[in-house]
Amino acid sequence: MLLHQLFETSARKLPGKTALVCDGERHSYADIASRVDQLARLLHARGVRRGDRVALFLDNGLEMVAGVYAALRLGAVFMPVNPLTKQDKLAYLLNDSRASALVTHAALRGIWQEALLANATVHTCLVAGGSTGDSGRAGALPERCLPYPGPHDAVEGPGIEPQTIDQDLASIIYTSGSTGDAKGVMLTHLNMVSAARSISTYLGLREDDIVLCALPLAFDYGLYQVLMSFKLGATLVLERSFAFPVKVLETMARERVTVFPGVPTMFTLLMNLKGLESFGLSALRMITNTAAALSEEHIRRLRALFPQATLFSMYGLTECKRVTYLPPEQLNLRPTSVGRGMPNEEVWLVDEAGRRLPNGSTGELVIRGSNVMRGYWEKPVETAKCLKPGPIPGEMMLYSGDMFRTDEEGWLYFVGRKDDIIKSRGEKISPREVENAICSLQGVVDAAVIGVPDELLGQAVKAFVVLKEGQALNERQVIRHCLARLENFMVPKYVEFVTELPKTDTGKVRKKGLA
Amino acid sequence: MQDVKNKVRQFLRDNLVMGGDVAIADGTSFMEAHILDSTGFIELITFVEETFGVAVDEEEMLPENFDSLANIDGYLARKRAAKPAA
Repeated sequence: MLLHQLFETSARKLPGKTALVCDGERHSYADIASRVDQLARLLHARGVRRGDRVALFLDNGLEMVAGVYAALRLGAVFMPVNPLTKQDKLAYLLNDSRASALVTHAALRGIWQEALLANATVHTCLVAGGSTGDSGRAGALPERCLPYPGPHDAVEGPGIEPQTIDQDLASIIYTSGSTGDAKGVMLTHLNMVSAARSISTYLGLREDDIVLCALPLAFDYGLYQVLMSFKLGATLVLERSFAFPVKVLETMARERVTVFPGVPTMFTLLMNLKGLESFGLSALRMITNTAAALSEEHIRRLRALFPQATLFSMYGLTECKRVTYLPPEQLNLRPTSVGRGMPNEEVWLVDEAGRRLPNGSTGELVIRGSNVMRGYWEKPVETAKCLKPGPIPGEMMLYSGDMFRTDEEGWLYFVGRKDDIIKSRGEKISPREVENAICSLQGVVDAAVIGVPDELLGQAVKAFVVLKEGQALNERQVIRHCLARLENFMVPKYVEFVTELPKTDTGKVRKKGLA
Repeated sequence: MQDVKNKVRQFLRDNLVMGGDVAIADGTSFMEAHILDSTGFIELITFVEETFGVAVDEEEMLPENFDSLANIDGYLARKRAAKPAA
């Protein structure tokens, strides 16, 4: 089974049903299928073929959803890119993946236009929402850029039968790496179909569900809301963001939403609203949480606010999508556990030497299953560090880099990262990537970045900066410099200037001493 | 009032904008233009409360009130009009 076939089956079965509600419009399954077909034909006519990478640099919306399935229809590989990405990083992603096509939005022009100037691989850039750009600014761009097709634009072209099999790549999703360079997680159709099946099975998602997604689709947790809703023939209500929680709640009530996936930062914002009860969310039957653990206090308050809804605590990483979930009936017994492995997947803990540990131990989590990625795109060294041979010849197991403990019955509790990756707002942040950005600022000699506890964000990014002698910079200048280069969630919340950084005997920065 | 727009514009430039000297027109949607993300709006609302001495009610945290310089200006004007002068 191929990932897009899950959607096509629903579209054949339920053509008139509402598949997607977004930007004030309702789209039926047949509508979406025809938009996908149109976009696939256009990309095909422009020369996009099986295995080519198609970058989707878009906010949540119809174009993003259609882009995913159009790429898959062609046998191409979709690459979702967070719309908060800045120009240098976007250029890196396009160059690293050698993307052939880019689908984006006119509102993001300032970013993609500059990125395309530093990229020669993208031959087709489709621009939604207005003009294709300032032709005077970039001589090479006009031939590469064309408008995203309107709903009634006919696109002629032959039928497309790319002969895709489930071992082919469906997606590359970039994630932060401890080395500072983002790594492309390679996921096959088999990986993604397996994950979508396991997750929708344990959640018990149904065709009559109405799912509200305010998570970015560039984040796999958001992306899978589309993949699973469309697999089941359910309805997806897609919000641009959670910036205005009251507005999202009004939408939830109006659409009679039954499933609400969130992250702790979103739940914190929700619970700080007075009068939440007055919104009329009685249809809500399920809340899911991942990316970071909810505190016991949060769990208690969420359950009090939505007594009719079951709450799933889950844990995962892009490299295999989801790993564990806690069955809701266990929540009272072990509120801080993230549960056990999901269906069709085996997980266990190992010690430093890779030996399997008994229940009641602490160690690194290892994952075995059809959902485990095929590696990092063209990064064999990084791949070899986390994918290691399994018991059956040819199979690979994922070493997560996340430390867990198990209780006597084998339920898992998150302990921390093996490396120094920071988790803020549910996003992984590489301290090295932030340090590199700070060190490119004139007058900076050295920088060290750590995560510090933060009530809303989980962890907040804090930077320690050493300046050249005689240099004067303030906190704002460092933050502004980072805002121009990093996704907003990576930008330090705190900057402290120090005369030197604590070092180990080998000259490496000793972060343990920083706080 | 120009004063409100300028103060907020300066705050955005100093703290939240993607960097560089991005021109922010009075009617530019912060969300559409990717000037702010969700936590950015929280910081903006805190700034508005502290700088202009108003308490923003939750039900007022809407794009109509906060998603552009003109909207913030209009919101503050309505807020002041609703409150009898001390």
